[in-house]
Amino acid sequence: MMDSSAVPDLASSIKPKRNHVCIDNLSKSFNGDTLYQNFSLNIPKGHIISIFGPNGCGKSTLINMISGLMDFDAGQVLFDGKTLAQTKIGYVFQNYRDALFPWMNAWDNIAYPLKRMGMGQQKVKERVNSLIELFDIKFNLKLYPYELSGGQQQTISIMRALAPEPEVLFLDEPFSALDFEMTLFIRDKLQEANLKTEVTMLIVSHDLEDAVFLADQILLLTRRPTRIAALLDFDLKRPRKAESVSDPQFIAIKAKALEIFQKEMKA
Amino acid sequence: MRSRSIYKVLPLVGPLLLYLIWSTAVSAKWVSATLLPSPQITLSYTAHVFFTGAIWADLWSTVQRTLYAFGWASVVGVPLGVILGSSPPVYKSLEFLIDFFRSTPSSALIPLFMLIFGITDLNKIAIAAFAAVLVIVFNSAYGVMNAKKTRVMAAKTMGISQFHIFKDILLMESLPQTFIGLRTGISLALVIVIVAEMFIGSESGLGHRIIDAQQVFNIKDMYSSILITGALGYVMNLIFMLVESRVIHWGGKV
Repeated sequence: MMDSSAVPDLASSIKPKRNHVCIDNLSKSFNGDTLYQNFSLNIPKGHIISIFGPNGCGKSTLINMISGLMDFDAGQVLFDGKTLAQTKIGYVFQNYRDALFPWMNAWDNIAYPLKRMGMGQQKVKERVNSLIELFDIKFNLKLYPYELSGGQQQTISIMRALAPEPEVLFLDEPFSALDFEMTLFIRDKLQEANLKTEVTMLIVSHDLEDAVFLADQILLLTRRPTRIAALLDFDLKRPRKAESVSDPQFIAIKAKALEIFQKEMKA
Repeated sequence: MRSRSIYKVLPLVGPLLLYLIWSTAVSAKWVSATLLPSPQITLSYTAHVFFTGAIWADLWSTVQRTLYAFGWASVVGVPLGVILGSSPPVYKSLEFLIDFFRSTPSSALIPLFMLIFGITDLNKIAIAAFAAVLVIVFNSAYGVMNAKKTRVMAAKTMGISQFHIFKDILLMESLPQTFIGLRTGISLALVIVIVAEMFIGSESGLGHRIIDAQQVFNIKDMYSSILITGALGYVMNLIFMLVESRVIHWGGKV
């Protein structure tokens, strides 16, 4: 695949360090029960951050607050200094069945956000075609979501989220309803999309291997009230392949993350 | 292969059984032939009223009244239901009223409607529309309220405007339930139209024809009119199901 030059490889290993998503003193409580208190985090542009932590620590709540799906009590989230309203984002849900629009075929699902942005018909076509190429889609996009397999549906919802060329892509347990084969495929495609477009990604995962595989940084969270247990850098060179999971560097970081996680479970 | 062809003829078993029991009941004199003519006589009489055209006027007025009532009920009911459904406080405030009148047999309101509209065609249409509109409102509202939250959230993250979330997502989400309301609504409208034609001084319609036949003891005509009324209800339901499966192709699959 990487025959002609080492340039993409180089570009991927030296990611820019400019901060993109700035989370500043975020606080959130549910019925007087504090979930987050003055939570701050900076995410560099184009980075993939995996969020991992014990059950109920509010992994999904965190990305829902950042993406505006959930209100927070205090604090601020800025994207390159802009507010959420000024920023294009994409969101991939765990439950693709409930997230896709079953009255539209797969193609129209992908094109929907573009059409609603007021993009011209020709431009929409070009954009969807470039996504088809990027994701190497072989199945018929004239089919409706309920006629597709689970993995195909999740692929469509990722394409739909990426269609408007968002600055940040949020993924809430995108693999948890997929079989292993599909997980490998989608991991691969997400990595490619990230390398090509420099979209910043926040991925919530409950599977440590999935969390580590894509990540530039692994955000490990504590039990409630939720704090950052550790923010591990992981710079194994890209593109990472299925075999990368047996790379010593991969094994080492996974072991370290597990150790921190277990310490948090006991705490 | 064999079991499939058997499955194809299974739906005929019921009607054939009814025909057999009916004709046995008449020929074995379980029932007096003056109260129940044989199925052969009834069916050939039914064919006769169709060929001579005797039935068309009555059939057409019933169809027309039902469609008018249903049309008005849909035009008012669907938008109203969608508005109620998208505003939980408004729905909560009106929920009791809707449930109350939905539970009240609309036929109980016929005298009231006679006071308001007099003994007119408008009266029959109004009371049938009233019966249908409540079930349509309820189902449309319910459909919107039970829209999958994930789809609305997905649209929000795309930056879709409130108006387009309503039009593109909520409205589409409510369609399967709305169709259930419409289908129930048109059946209800037919029921009320038939009752109204019987009892609100009518000059035409299947209901009028049935009660007239009974009054003058034209027993063949009464049975054939009942059969035709039943067939009308069945065909309306069938047409609706066909339209429904075309429009809401995703129904039951997600």
